[in-house]
Order: sequence, then structure tokens, then C-alpha cells
Amino acid sequence: MSLSRNILIGGLLCLIVVSTALLSFVWTPYDITTMDIPNKLQTPSATHWFGTDHFGRDIFSMIMVGARTSLAVALVAVGIGMGLGVPLGLWAAARQGGWADELIMRGNDLIFAFPSLVIAILITAILGPGALNAILAIGIFNVPVFARLTRAGALPLWQRDFILAARVAGKSRALISVEHILPNVANLLIVQGTIQFSLGILAEAGLSYVGLGAQPPTPSWGRMLADAQTMVSFAPHLALIPGLAIISAVLGLNLLGDGLRDWLDPKIRVVRT
Amino acid sequence: MLRYTLKRALSLGLSLIVASLVIFFVIEVVPGDPASFMLGLNAQPDTIAALRAELGLDVPKFERYLTWVGGMLQGDFGLSYTYRTPVTEMIGDRIWVSLPLALYALTLSTLIAFPAGIYAAARRGKAGDMAVMGATQFGIAVPNFWFAMMLVLIFAINLRWFSAGGFVGWDKGFGAAMHSLTLPAIALALPQSAILARVMRSALLDVLGEDFMRTARAKGLSRRQALLRHGLRNAMIPVLTIIGMQFSFLLAGAIIIEQVFFLPGLGRLIFQSISARDLIVVESVVMLLVFLVILVTFLVDLAYAAIDPRLRART
Amino acid sequence: MTLLSVQNLSLSICPTPILKDISFTIAPGEILAVTGESGSGKSMTALAVMQLLPDTTETCGQILLNDSDLLTQPEANLCTLRGNDIGMVFQEPMTALNPLQTIGTQVAETIRIHAKAPKAEAMAQAAAMLTRVGLPQDRFPLSRYPHELSGGQRQRVVIAMAIARRPRLLIADEPTTALDVTTQARILDLLKDLVAEFDMGLLMITHDLAVVADMADRILVMRKGEIVEQGATQQLLSNMQHPYTRALFEASGHTVDLPALQGTPAPILTVQNAVRDYALPRTQLFAPRAFHRAVNDVSFTIHQGERVGLVGESGCGKSTLTRAILGLEPVQSGQITAFEHPVGAAMPAALRLKTQVVFQDPYSSFNPRHRVASILTEPFHLVQNPPKGAALQSLIGEVLTDVGLTPQDAQKYIHEFSGGQRQRIAIARALITRPELIIFDEAVSALDVSIRAQILDLIADLSRRHSLAYLFISHDLSVVRTVTDRVLVMQNGEIVEEGATEAVFATPQHSYTQSLIAAAPVLPDLVALTSKTETIYDPA
Repeated sequence: MSLSRNILIGGLLCLIVVSTALLSFVWTPYDITTMDIPNKLQTPSATHWFGTDHFGRDIFSMIMVGARTSLAVALVAVGIGMGLGVPLGLWAAARQGGWADELIMRGNDLIFAFPSLVIAILITAILGPGALNAILAIGIFNVPVFARLTRAGALPLWQRDFILAARVAGKSRALISVEHILPNVANLLIVQGTIQFSLGILAEAGLSYVGLGAQPPTPSWGRMLADAQTMVSFAPHLALIPGLAIISAVLGLNLLGDGLRDWLDPKIRVVRT
Repeated sequence: MLRYTLKRALSLGLSLIVASLVIFFVIEVVPGDPASFMLGLNAQPDTIAALRAELGLDVPKFERYLTWVGGMLQGDFGLSYTYRTPVTEMIGDRIWVSLPLALYALTLSTLIAFPAGIYAAARRGKAGDMAVMGATQFGIAVPNFWFAMMLVLIFAINLRWFSAGGFVGWDKGFGAAMHSLTLPAIALALPQSAILARVMRSALLDVLGEDFMRTARAKGLSRRQALLRHGLRNAMIPVLTIIGMQFSFLLAGAIIIEQVFFLPGLGRLIFQSISARDLIVVESVVMLLVFLVILVTFLVDLAYAAIDPRLRART
Repeated sequence: MTLLSVQNLSLSICPTPILKDISFTIAPGEILAVTGESGSGKSMTALAVMQLLPDTTETCGQILLNDSDLLTQPEANLCTLRGNDIGMVFQEPMTALNPLQTIGTQVAETIRIHAKAPKAEAMAQAAAMLTRVGLPQDRFPLSRYPHELSGGQRQRVVIAMAIARRPRLLIADEPTTALDVTTQARILDLLKDLVAEFDMGLLMITHDLAVVADMADRILVMRKGEIVEQGATQQLLSNMQHPYTRALFEASGHTVDLPALQGTPAPILTVQNAVRDYALPRTQLFAPRAFHRAVNDVSFTIHQGERVGLVGESGCGKSTLTRAILGLEPVQSGQITAFEHPVGAAMPAALRLKTQVVFQDPYSSFNPRHRVASILTEPFHLVQNPPKGAALQSLIGEVLTDVGLTPQDAQKYIHEFSGGQRQRIAIARALITRPELIIFDEAVSALDVSIRAQILDLIADLSRRHSLAYLFISHDLSVVRTVTDRVLVMQNGEIVEEGATEAVFATPQHSYTQSLIAAAPVLPDLVALTSKTETIYDPA
């Protein structure tokens, strides 16, 4: 019962966020680069559905374009995490207890000692701020998440008899990893990928909020919140609306992840930090 | 146990060495010449030369690394270029905001998450469980700095129960200081407690499926007794892991929350230093944060062994 | 006097019916064995008496313990009954104990919740109880943790916990299934003694008919949630009313018709002085590493068409030896030669194909995401010119037919098959390369007796049709006895006895072999029993 409900609500929220982001490429109610000072700080109305900011820009349009930034950063970051983490995790599991395993796992521990914000700070200190920083920082932090998860999922599989059968047939560990292990940890990766996607959106918002993420004029939900902070006492909708946008995107992905988990394999445990 | 502790301590030391190498490499090697980087494009050649001399950039890199690490071991983080004061002093002032904030938040998060998680696990599938799980879904989705802004809006601006920001300082008394850290701590703690409550619940549910829980019931323990006497301690291993990871997240997260509340913590320091290109301060604060995270990992490892006799025996 | 009386118990877990109209009684000091194959509902019966069923269970009928109905008792009352009046012993001693508490605390807990005794006194009682079940304090102090004990010792702790309050009824759910045969014999003896000493009723759930015949005063046979037949042991064994009961006992003692060996065949597998060591974790920081010698100086030969058994208890090195023969692990010294070539990575594919393997667990032997066709063709991986297209299809169809399945099964996924069918697929995978030697690694141990009998027949039949040689590894002596010509007995990494199967079983030479054979519970000789009763009741 609740499995279909989670997938339904989560999927719907995700669909809204994704289609909004895609739609913003071809259409927004207003141009977000045009300032309209006379109409600044308007509350939501029929002309400006979500109101306007301190430059008179349409918030609804900014939210639409901001969705693009959030999704793009989180998607590429998850891509980096999976692209590097999954092969590393498979390799570590295939050589359990060997030097490769030890090296990969210790490397993971080391990256975990640098929270994504700290990585972003380091990168920014050298390269200066920008959306690419956010992607790199979140992406690097995702690598050990997927490496550990893949390894943890793969290790019990290596104990199974069908792996022995494949080894008896003379298959190499690399081939077994691709042919037998990967399809059997795919569910795990899909579910965790959804969760990491949502964490990526949160992290991007945080980094943009403190100025380490997307820079003006690229609109981003986190920066909209940073801009809203000084005005929160007299224009609370400036803070409320981007916050709700973040919550819907993250909630949607989380519900979708949980729903997929229940549907694919209820035994999967996701890791959140 | 001693062997285990020694082994973990060795791993702690190694992690610190590697982490310090990474930080040194990123800050002092990647930018090429840190002195001209810190001074920007319009710097005069003689100012750059002066800074180079001050930073000791003429000596080989490896020697510089050793000097840096040696200094830190004696509590000397060098001199801030922007403020011309010892970094140790600057950190010393601010860590007493950031660290208490993280610990305060961690305590709150644990105090909320444990009862919530245990309650939900005990009522699995019932209305109480659904309510807790629904609430945690929202808790996870809320960005903590946005939540902080909402707290300020409600409790500081409208209700005027707390000040909207700033830190009164420990010299105004423990109560007053904690009061000014309360909203930031809540903002940090609530989203984290949602995660922790879910972990607690699922760890307990995993344990409930174990054979020894059935044995406990066969002895005549009620469901509740079995859960508390046998379930809880066994569920602590995954929960501790997450608590450890949360501490590092809270320390880093505190950097963002400090921005919302204008708290004079490490976060403010690091952002000021980044805009001032004061690499020495950035390097030191990052090293300190990483040290704290690795230290917590070590403590969590020790806690595992305190809980699980199998770990004490094996390694 | 009746201790436990179960009347017309029916049980369903929404909405699947699990038990239908179950009625039986147990008297004090009586052992009732409930037996049947998997899915018969025997374990559910035990849990129903314990009232530890899943929340969604619906029950009707009566479970009377000393005339009070457990089904109508509130949960609080049941808690005072469990552990105090009814004790329970579970199947898996490795997981039945809390790994974080000492055995003393865990045994004392039973005493403390029911007797409200102070801790010191409960501990003293726990010590006495542990001593009673064979864990004397000088060797097994209360401060031991479960992981410091072997499986058999842990099962003793579980028994001590169950009987600490001297309950009137003890329920044992497959108490020895996870244990080695010698340990099993000792645990069964302990249970028998305790029943007599405490005058307890024992409700014993087991699938092992030899154990049933050996232990029980009365037997209850179940199938698909229903009672097929029940009665006093001697009576039931000598005069089985229901064909299912008879089929079950016959399948348990099933003997196959093994074709005779022909001529003087050539050796195909030679193991010469094989040694395999594993490094143990260091116990002290700078002490030299200790080694565990899993396989110690093992030598034997298997000839063409020869059927060799390898028996031994868990940890004796069987699995390590298997892996070494399959070339999955190197040996430290000695040599393993198959088809005149040393085994290992360097072995040519054509020779590799001649040795195949069938594993124990039909549920872990196959990649759940692959179809049967791709599972079956995996052994061709290294072959230069593997069969393709129509040739491959007909080959797949041929081996599936060979093992009693149909060619159409090739397109199915593995979850569509039962355990017995899966084991047939495992054999088909081994047969597809037309091997000369198959390693059966506990290949029938996970199967129900009736399925096991069918698979054993299949193995004998294949050996006749394809003149296969095999190495049949098993802990089950009766099975090894019927499907092999020659047997090797392994203990602590060494082959302690080797010889023609019948000779070894009839007159075992080594003391370990003797103890193994003595410990194995024996099925009653049905033919003898039946003919005896026939003479008794012969009206002439």
C-alpha cells in the first residue's frame, strides 16, 4: 500500500521539479535578468505568482531556472560519485582483504574526513567560487559513499555459490564483477542514487547560500535564500518560497527512493548523512 | 582491547599524516606561488618578495611541510597575513563557539532521535510509527540554514524570545551563552535527528528479526523488555556509525549556520579568510576540522569495541 | 494425565492457511516428535504452542497447558508462562544467543525475570544449570561470551536457558539440525536425560526420521499443515497406515541402484601430499603469524567412472580440499593433477571442462538475474569454439531432458523453480560440458528427503549412462554409503581412513570413523519391522 503511495507522491514531485527545470529552457513568465525596481518586493499575486524580489524580478521565473541549476549540479555530482565509486567498490570487493581493497577503503575513510563543505572550501580557496566547485565538492564526497555501498553489497555476493561456479568456468574477477555482481547490486545503487541526488540538491543549496556555489547571474535556490536573509522580517515570502522549492525536490526524491526500495528490495538499507 | 586501541590509534595517526599532506598540497603546491596568489594581481614585486620570505617559500616544499606540521604539533599555526596575529589565537577564540555549538546540536539530535526511533520501532506499522516516519521525511528534506531563517523569523523577530543573531560570549555566564546558541543548535539538530531517528528505527527493526530476540521472548520477556534489554545495545553499532558521521557533518554544517546567526565561529573565520585570500588561516582551520572529524572516528571505533566483545577479541 | 493438549488448532497468516485442524497431546515425561518435510507446518506448530506467532496470524481451536487455554490468555500471562512453564530450544545455536552478553547473564536472565531472585543467586543457579547441561564452571565460566563457544556448546547454553526454571514442557525446534553428527548425538542424549530427570514433556520438531525413531515415544507426521498420522513410535513404525508416512520413511533410507564398476580404469584425478595453510590473525602485535592447516598431507586418486565419497564434520577441510581440486585456491605443497595436468589457472580449457561441480545450496548456486539458458552455458566460457545457435539449443535441451526437466525450461528464470528442480539445473550445468568427473559438494544436504531420493537416483542414473566419475562430499553417512564405491574419511585436514565403502562402514578401522558411525542415528529397518509384525499378527 505505502509503496505505491511513496512512489506516486515522490514521482509526482520529481516530475514537477524536472519538467519545471526543462520548461525554463524555452519559457518563463518573465525574463529573470530584467530588473523592475518599481515593482520590487511584491507579495504573490495574479501577475507575479510567487511575488518579486528586491530588484523586482519575478520569483516564479527564478525558481524555474534555479531548478535547472540544482538538478544539474546534483545529477553531475551523483554521476561522478557513481562513475568512480562503483568501479572502485567492485574492485575492492573482488580483491577483498588485498592491498587494493585496503587502499580503496582507507582512501574512502580519508575523503570522509573532509565533509563536502570542507572540500568546497578548499577548492574555492584555490580556484575561486562557482557552480563547478559545488559539483566537484559534492561529487568527490559521493565517491566513497558509492564505493562503500557497492563493496558492502558485493561482498556477500562473492560468498555465493554462483560466483564459485563462474570461477570454476574460468571467468576473471573483473568479468564476474561486471556480469554477476553489478546486476545484483543495481537495486542498491538505484535507491542510494536517488537519496544522494536529494542530498546533492541540499548540499548545492547550502554551498550557494554561503557563496561557494553558483555565482550571479546564474539563479540558484540557495543564493535566493542568501539574498532573502536580510529582508526576511518584512518580506518573508522571499525566503519561504525557495525553501519550499528545495523541500519539494528533496522530499520528492526521498519518497521516490523509499518507494523504489520497498518495491525493488525492502532489505536495502540506505545511508544518509 | 589494548591491541585494538593501539591499532585504531595507529590508523588515526596515519590518517592525520595523509590528511595534512593533502591539505598542504592543495593549498601550498597547487596555486604555484602562494605569496603572489594571496596578494592578488596588483601586488608590488617587493611586497610579494617580503611575503615569500615571511612564509619561508624559498626552502624546499618538503621542508616547509615539516615546519608546518612541527609548528602545529607545538600549537603554532603561523601568523595570519591579513590580521598579523597568530592563527592559534584566532582559532582559540572561535573554536569555543563552533565546538560547543556542534556538541549542543549533537546532544539535542540524539535526545530527540533515540526516543522517536525506539517508539517508531516498537509500534512498527501502527499510527505512531507512521506519524514519526512522516515527520522524519520532512525533517530530512528541510535545509538547515533555511530552517534557521524560519526560526529567526518566528522566535527572534516575531516572538522576541531569542536574539536574531550574535553570540554573547562565555564571560556573560553559561546560561546566557547557551541561550544565544539555542536557535542555531535547534536548526542544526532537527534535520539531523530526523536522519538519526530513521537509522535508529531501522537498526532496531533489523535486530528484532534476529534469532536471539526470539530467544529472549521465549524466556518470558515482554516485547518491550526484549527490545530494551537485548535490542537496543545490538542496534547501537549502526547508530554509533551515523552519530560519528553526523558530528563531522554538524561541525561543517555549523559553518553555514554561523552565517545565518552571525556567530563568531570557525565558519565566519574561514569565509573572511577566503575573501581575504589568507591561505594560512584557511589551511589551519581546515586541518583543525579534519583533525576533529578523524578524532571522532577514532572515538567511535573505541565505542564499538566497548559495546561488542567480538571486536575486543578479534583484533 | 495430560500436560499439553492441542485441540483442533487451525492457523492462517492472512489469508494463507498454515495449519489445519491439528490435535495432539503430550504427557509429562513424554517425547512427542513432530516430523515432516519443509512447508509441513511443524515449526509453526511449535511457535503456536509458544504463542510467538507473527502479529497477523489468526488462530482457532485450543492449546491447553494443564487445562488452561493459551489462546485466550492475555500477553502478560503468556510472558509469565514462557520460560517458566514452557521452555524452547531453537535450531540455530550460532544466532540464538545475544552476542553482546555473557552466557551467565543470559541464563540468569530467565531465572531473574521469573523468580525475582537477586543477581548473585540467579548467577549461582545459572552456574549450576550450565554445569548440568555439560558446561562445567572450571572450563566454561559464566563470563564467557557466545562467540567463544562452539556450536554444540552454544546449544547447551540455549538448553540451559530453556530449562533453567525447570519448565513442565520443553519445545525443541530442530535442535540438532545445525550440528555435526557426533555433537548431535550428545545433545540428543542430554535432552533425553533432562526429560527423564525433570519429568518434562518434550515437543520435538525434526525433519530427521532417524532422530525421530531414536528419540520419540510418540510420532506425529505432518504434511502441508495437516496431520497425516500419529501414534506410539513402535506401533507407527511397524504398522504405517498412511502411504505418505511410508513414502517418507522409505525416501529417508533410500538406496540407489549403483551400476558396477568395469575393468581397471585409468586415474583421472590425483591428489598428492596436498597441504593448504591459512594464516590466522595475529594474537599479539609482534608475534609471528600462526597458521591453520586446513588440508594436511592429503593424497588420493579417482579413476575413470569411479564414485568416491568424502565424509567428515564441519571444519575438517572438505571445502578447502574441494576448492583446491577445482583450482580455485593453490596448495602450499604437494600436487593436484587432473587429466594428467596440474590444476589451476594454467590448465587448458579443454581439460578444465572435464571437471565440473554441483554445490550445496540450490538457492545460492545461480545468478537470480540470468535465465537458465545463460546459466547452463557459463561453463563454456573459456572454450575456443563453443557450441552456437541450433547446436547449442539442442545441447541445452538435451541436458535439461537428461536431468528430468524440459527444453522449454531454458527460457525461465531461476526463481520459477523449486529447490529440487534447481538442484537438477545445477547438475545440468555440470553435465553440459560432458565432463568425466563431477564434484558433488554436499549436493543433496539442503533437500527434503523425498527430493533427495530423486536426486540420488538421478545421480546414479547419470553415472550409468555417461560412465561418470564423481567425488561425493557429504556429512551424511547414509547417503555416502549408498552412492559411492570407495570412501575417504577426513578429520582435522587429514584423511584418516580410506577403503571400499561397504568395508569401511561395516568394519571401520580408525577410531574417528567408528565414533562417526556410532553417533549417526539409524533408521529402523522397515522391512524387518514389518515382517516381524506380520509374523506376530499372523493368524495361522
